[in-house]
Amino acid sequence: MTSSEIFSIITFVYGLATLLYVFSWIFKKPLPGKIATAVTIVAVLGNLTGIILRWIESYQMGIGHAPLSNLYESLIFFAMTIALTHLFIEYRYKLRFVGMVASPIPLLAMAYASLPKVNDAIQPLIPALQSNWLITHVMTCFVGYAAFAIAFGISIMFLLKPSEGGAPSGIVSRIPDFDILDDLTHQMVMFGFLFLSIGIITGAVWANQAWGRYWGWDPKETWSLITWLIYASLLHARLMRDWKGKKIAVLSCVGFLAVIFTYFGVNLLPGLHSYQ
Amino acid sequence: MTKSSNTDDSAHQLWNFFASVKLSVVILLSLAMTSIIGTIIPQNESPMLYHQKFSEGLFKLFNTLDIFDMYHSWWFRFLLCMLTVNIIVCSINRLSSTWKIIFPKKPSFNINRFRKAKNRQQWSAAGSVEQVKDVTSPWLSKRFNRFTVESSENGYLLFGEKNRWTRLGIYAVHLSIILMIAGGMVGSLFGFDGFVNIPEGESVDSILRRNNQPEVKLNFKIKCDDFDLTLYESGLPKEYRSSLSLIRNDQIIIQKNIIVNDPLRFEGINIFQSSYGKIPSTETIPVNKFTVTITEKASGLIYNKKAAIETPIEMPGNSGTLVVVDFRRSIPYHGIDMPNAFLCRMDNRNGEPEHFIIPADSPRFDVMRKGDFIISINNVEFKDVVPEIQYYTGLQVTKDPGVPIVYVGFLFMIIGCYVTFFMFHQKLCIEISTDRGKTAVTVSGISEKNKPGMNAIIRRLSKQLQKLT
Ligand code: HEM
Repeated sequence: MTSSEIFSIITFVYGLATLLYVFSWIFKKPLPGKIATAVTIVAVLGNLTGIILRWIESYQMGIGHAPLSNLYESLIFFAMTIALTHLFIEYRYKLRFVGMVASPIPLLAMAYASLPKVNDAIQPLIPALQSNWLITHVMTCFVGYAAFAIAFGISIMFLLKPSEGGAPSGIVSRIPDFDILDDLTHQMVMFGFLFLSIGIITGAVWANQAWGRYWGWDPKETWSLITWLIYASLLHARLMRDWKGKKIAVLSCVGFLAVIFTYFGVNLLPGLHSYQ
Repeated sequence: MTKSSNTDDSAHQLWNFFASVKLSVVILLSLAMTSIIGTIIPQNESPMLYHQKFSEGLFKLFNTLDIFDMYHSWWFRFLLCMLTVNIIVCSINRLSSTWKIIFPKKPSFNINRFRKAKNRQQWSAAGSVEQVKDVTSPWLSKRFNRFTVESSENGYLLFGEKNRWTRLGIYAVHLSIILMIAGGMVGSLFGFDGFVNIPEGESVDSILRRNNQPEVKLNFKIKCDDFDLTLYESGLPKEYRSSLSLIRNDQIIIQKNIIVNDPLRFEGINIFQSSYGKIPSTETIPVNKFTVTITEKASGLIYNKKAAIETPIEMPGNSGTLVVVDFRRSIPYHGIDMPNAFLCRMDNRNGEPEHFIIPADSPRFDVMRKGDFIISINNVEFKDVVPEIQYYTGLQVTKDPGVPIVYVGFLFMIIGCYVTFFMFHQKLCIEISTDRGKTAVTVSGISEKNKPGMNAIIRRLSKQLQKLT
């Protein structure tokens, strides 16, 4: 089996996990939720196998490099980090509802990667990318993005939940307490902030190695800084008494929009980082 | 009210203004929003391009606001300055109280705060109060670096505390921002960022800078001994490699092959492989000299003239000039490849210049042209060199004494964030008391920063302790 075949199967496995999470949520049944977790574990393992296989395939082609060098490969890695992060939260906080918001994201990422306009060929590395920093830089950035993505999902839940006093109705009423959501958002943002910081820093050190400047205000660099500044504001806004709950959730959504733009939108602007 | 207290008052207000977290949120968001501008409007392009892109009014406005180089504009620097002052004032403001928490004169535990903690876990143990104390004490003192036992009215109070120092983490984070800004400033004041193109085999000792800044003179020469370009089969570049020698006083001080991710560093100056290019060769003509034979049809007179490429030849009788423009190893001519041919141009006194070709050593060829003269080219001296493609290497040359400061900032940022986010100051109390003949054990903990984390710790701890007692 080739890595691309594995990836197309995995896309469906992620889809199945999402369905199960939604099913367990709507019908309030714990069993499908447990199965969903197991299916997600399978998907992550498959995803990892695919990545390793693609790595090996690149060596067989004589252009060996870690599969983190173009949009296709980054989407696949992104899917895996999100699924892993959400499994970690499930395990650590015993909160299965996170699967509701987290599991569609790997599905979307994998589905997007399989669009014909995304080039899935294993390409040789151009000179600028031939560095050990590539792996550290891309990995840390994407772990950060994954945490922010989950924080985004939880914030959406926060905003959807009717405020206290409102008559609880339907599935919306099953959203956990505001405190839990707020706290989880904060945890995820802190986690993401640390990794985004490391990602930006490794990028800067790499740029200094390769081009002799650690910061050049290239659009991608600048947008990652913008993202970082928005989350820094969020962390500080929490320290002000009147900035609890809803406003933080909105900031977390704005932050994630910045993440998305840093990831995809920057390709519309000129610069070194644009993935072809 | 006296005047001095007035100024005291406004100084105080100013201090409080800069100490506020609200201000920092405003500054951080302003930096984020203004930074967007520079990613939409390309920075540091030539003024010509901006003139084309924007209307006159817009151009003037952008120009006065330094939008075309906004990250170095006065107002962006002003925001960074505000951020720095904000961080410094805020940190000073809080440091004394943090310091008192970390290094208290007399460490004390307030039992009432523990009794109010929501995470209290309680159970009754089998042994006596003494026994429970003796079992739990060594266990607890191993896990907490400050540990005290106090006796209470009806039993014992065991207090544990750890990670008090982690409250300093946030100062490391904020200090890191100041270090990065300071390092950036040192770099822009005492460093430079320039570029230079060196043809293979040649050397330079001065570096061009962007934005019309003056050249930088180096105290050594950079010589490009060789440049190599390797391609993948697909034609994409695989590696650019320059062999460089640094030369001072006619002596080679250092030699190195540099590639894109592996620069040459010498005396604080960094030389990076950045680009490359081909030099248009001046030696495309592999012939030096030849003889042009002109036969005048009317008189039958023959003129032989020594000639070379691009040197005009006067035609007999002032009838114009002939220029042999170029030589080609092969020219397609009526479906065949004609070898060794010359491209010629005849400038007549009046009228259009006439273009035609003459193959070497073919005296009758030009008869076909039906001109007043028959031209042929003989005695061609071929210069037997195949011109090699000559490359120049494009080097980025930088000096940035601020880098170590920035890197220390990076380290502080990562360590500080980790400590602040994932470690926290924990205080824990175990109350052991007799309660109607039984021994009651109560565990509770306090953490200002991470209540859920503390709750989890208490839950885990009390489970383990229950097994012990
Ligand atoms: C780019 C600039 C800044 C960054 C990256 C940054 C980062 C951080 C981080 C990560 C935290 C921890 C938040 C948490 O525990 O959840 C924090 C807390 C804090 N920051 Fe900043 N900060 C910046 C600028 C500022 C400024 C300008 C001020 C000035 C008022 C400030 C004041 C504070 C305060 C008072 C805290 C709370 C400390 C505590 O909990 O004891 N920060 N900052």
